[in-house]
Amino acid sequence: MILSEQHLKWRERMRDFSLKQVQPGASSCDKSGEFVDANVKAMARQGLLGITWPKELGGMGMDYLSYAIAVEEVSRVCASTGITLAAHTSLGTYPIYKFGTDEQKRKYIPPLAKGRHLGAFGLTEPNAGSDAASIETSAVKTGKGFVVNGSKRFITSASFAGTVIVAASQDRNLGRKGITCLIVETKTPGFTVASEENKLGLKGSNTVELAFEDMLVPVENVLGRELEGYRIFMETLDGGRISIGAFCLGMAQGALDTLAGWLAKCKHPSQMASKRLSDVAVEVEAARLMVYNAAQYKDADLRADKECAFAKLYASEVAVRAAGTAIEVIGMPAASCDLPVARIYRDAKLGEIGEGTSEVMRMIIAREILSEIQSS
Amino acid sequence: MNFSLTEDQKMVQSMAREFAAKELEPKAAEIDASGEFPHESVKKMAELGLLGMVIPEKYGGAGFDFVSLAVAIEEISRACGSTGVITAVHNSLASWPIVNWGSDATKDKYLPRMATGELLGAFGLTEPNCGSDPGSMEAKAVLDGDHYVLNGAKRFITNGGAADIFIVFAVTDPDAGSRGITAFVVEKDFPGFSVGKHEDLLGLRATSNCELIFEDCKVPKENVLGEVGAGFKVAMGTLDVSRIDIGAQAVGIAQAALDKSLAYSQERKQFGRAICEFEMIQEKLALMATSIDAARLLVYNAAFQKDAGRKRFSKESAMCKLFAATAAVEVTKEAVQIFGGYGYTKDYPVERYFRDAKCMEIYEGTSEIQKIVIARSLLG
Repeated sequence: MILSEQHLKWRERMRDFSLKQVQPGASSCDKSGEFVDANVKAMARQGLLGITWPKELGGMGMDYLSYAIAVEEVSRVCASTGITLAAHTSLGTYPIYKFGTDEQKRKYIPPLAKGRHLGAFGLTEPNAGSDAASIETSAVKTGKGFVVNGSKRFITSASFAGTVIVAASQDRNLGRKGITCLIVETKTPGFTVASEENKLGLKGSNTVELAFEDMLVPVENVLGRELEGYRIFMETLDGGRISIGAFCLGMAQGALDTLAGWLAKCKHPSQMASKRLSDVAVEVEAARLMVYNAAQYKDADLRADKECAFAKLYASEVAVRAAGTAIEVIGMPAASCDLPVARIYRDAKLGEIGEGTSEVMRMIIAREILSEIQSS
Repeated sequence: MNFSLTEDQKMVQSMAREFAAKELEPKAAEIDASGEFPHESVKKMAELGLLGMVIPEKYGGAGFDFVSLAVAIEEISRACGSTGVITAVHNSLASWPIVNWGSDATKDKYLPRMATGELLGAFGLTEPNCGSDPGSMEAKAVLDGDHYVLNGAKRFITNGGAADIFIVFAVTDPDAGSRGITAFVVEKDFPGFSVGKHEDLLGLRATSNCELIFEDCKVPKENVLGEVGAGFKVAMGTLDVSRIDIGAQAVGIAQAALDKSLAYSQERKQFGRAICEFEMIQEKLALMATSIDAARLLVYNAAFQKDAGRKRFSKESAMCKLFAATAAVEVTKEAVQIFGGYGYTKDYPVERYFRDAKCMEIYEGTSEIQKIVIARSLLG
C-alpha cells in the first residue's frame, strides 16, 4: 500500500510531533503513574483531539486514515498517550458525532475537538464485560429526566472528561433492547469517580471506576433514541477498533524500533536474531495494512465490522509478540527499564482485552463470515 | 520408565507446597510492589533446610537429589516467582559449584553456613557488555602475592544486594580466551567490593537484582574455585544444573496461572454462564495444562539425568529451560486473557505471573542460547 503525498506528509508531521512532544514524558509517567496531561495538552494545541470532525465543529476535517496514522505514531512512543487519544476520539466523541442531534453536536463536540476537556465512554461494569448487554446500571425516566444509578469499571480518561457516554438499562427484562445511551456531563450531581485502577501497563492513562447515585440526566441528553443504546455502543465499538488496531500497531512498531536499533549496534547479529527481527517486521507490516484497510473502509463509508475486527485482533497479537520477541532477543537490558520495550510489553497486553477481547473478535469474525455465506 | 516421584521426593513436594502457600503467597504481591527483598521468608526457608538442598549432610545440608530440588523450586515459584529464583540461585548457582569444584577448605569454610542460611549466595557472570557471550568478559583478576586483585563490574545479579557470598568470574589470562577465565568465591566484606545500581525490572522485582562493582578487590588465592583458567568450565557446568531449576521455576509460575484461571473461569459469569463453559476458554485451559505437563516432564527428565550420574545433560537441561520458559510466557499470557479487564489490574496475581514469566526466557541463557546448546549437542 502506497500512501498519498498528503498522508505521507501527515505521517512525518505526527512522527516529528511524537518524538519531540510525546516521547520525553513517556517513561516518567509510566513510573509515577501520573496522567499524561502534558501530552494531551500538546495534542490539543495541534488539533489532534478532533482530527476527523468537520471544521465547523472545531475539528480538523481529516479522514480516518489520517487519524489512524496519528494514533499509530503517538502510540509508537507512548502507548498511554495513544490510548487516551483513541478513547477520546472513537469512544468519547464519535457516538455524539454519529448519533447526536444537531444541538448535541454543536454543544458537545467543539469543546472535545479543541481539547478543553476529554470525552469518555462508560459501558463496562463489574459484572458486564464481554457480555455488555447485561449491564445493571439503571435509568428510570421521570418527569424531570432520567434518574441513573449504578457503577462502571475500567473507564478510560473519565477523571479528565467533560462528558461521558453512559449506557444504562431502562428495563432489564428487555435485555439488550432495554438499553439507552445518555450523554452525561461529569459535573452532574451524583456523578463520582470512585477509584482509580492499579494496572499492569498503560500507567500514564487514566482508568477509573465510576459511581452514579441518583444522577439526574435531562431527557434531551439521550443519544440517538431511547432503547437504542445497544446498537449505538456496538457500532461505536466496531469503529473504535480501527484506533485500537492503530494503537497496537504503534506499540508493535515501537518494539520493532527497539529491536532493530539494538541489533544495528551489534557487530555481527546472529542468524537467529536476524530471523526474529525479520519475522517481527513482516508481522508489523501486515498489521499496518490491515489497520489502514479498515480505516479506508470507514472513509468509504462501507460496513467494516469484519475488517475492523481483523485489524484489532491481529495488531493486538502482533504487538504482544513483537514486544515479547524484542525482550527475548535483547535479553536482560530489555527486561529492565533501560529500554522502552518492557513498558511496551506491559502496555500491549491491554490491546488483546480492551474494547472487545480477542475471543469476542473471533466471535465477530466467524459470525460475519458465516452470515455472508448464509445471505448469498 | 517411571514418572512418579519417590516417597522422599513427595515429602519434599508437600513440605514446600505447604510452606509456600502459608508463608510466601500472602506476601508475594506486596514484595512485588515494594521491590523489597524477602529476608524474613528466606530465614524461614533456611529453618526448613531449603537453603541447603544440594549441600551434603556432612556439611549440614539436606543432601537432596536434583529431582527434589526441582520439585521444591516449582512449589516455591508457584507461590512467589521472586522467592523461587532467590532460592534457585542460592542452591544451584552458588552452593552447588562449591560442592562440585570447591577444595575441602573452601567447602568447610562456606558450605555449613550456606546450608543454615547464615550466608546467602549469588552468582556473578554477566557484565554490562557481556551477556550471552562470556568470551567478551572484561572483569580482570591479577595475582599479587597471596591474593588476586579484581577489577570490573557484573550486572543483573540476582540476590546481588542481599547476598553474603558470590561466585565471581574474571579474566586471569587475557590471551587465553575462554580458557583464561577463573572462578572465585568472593565475600561481601572483602575490601574493594561494593553493590551498585539496583535494577528496575519488569518482573521478579523482589530479587535484589543489582550491579556488583570490584575496585581493586582483594580475594585470597585459596578462594579460587576449581583451577585457575577453568572458570568457563565451572560457569557452563553450573548453568547446566541451574537451568533445570529455571525450568522448574517456569513450571511453578505457569501452574499458578493455571490454578487461578481454573478457579476464576468457574466463578466468572457472562452471557448467563460460567465462562469455563465456553469452548474458547476450554481450549485455553486444555492447552495451558498440556504445555505445563510437558514442561514438567522435561524438567524431571533433566533432573533425573543429573541424578542418574550422566556426565553430559546440557541438551536435556537446555530443552527443559527453553520449553518451560516458552510455556510459562504463553500460559501466563492466556491467564491474563481469561481474567480479561480484571487480569490487567493488580486486583489479581495473574499480571504478576505474566511479568515474572518473561524473565525465564532470558536469564541463565536466553532462549536463543538454549537452542544453540541443543543444536550443538545434536551435532556432536
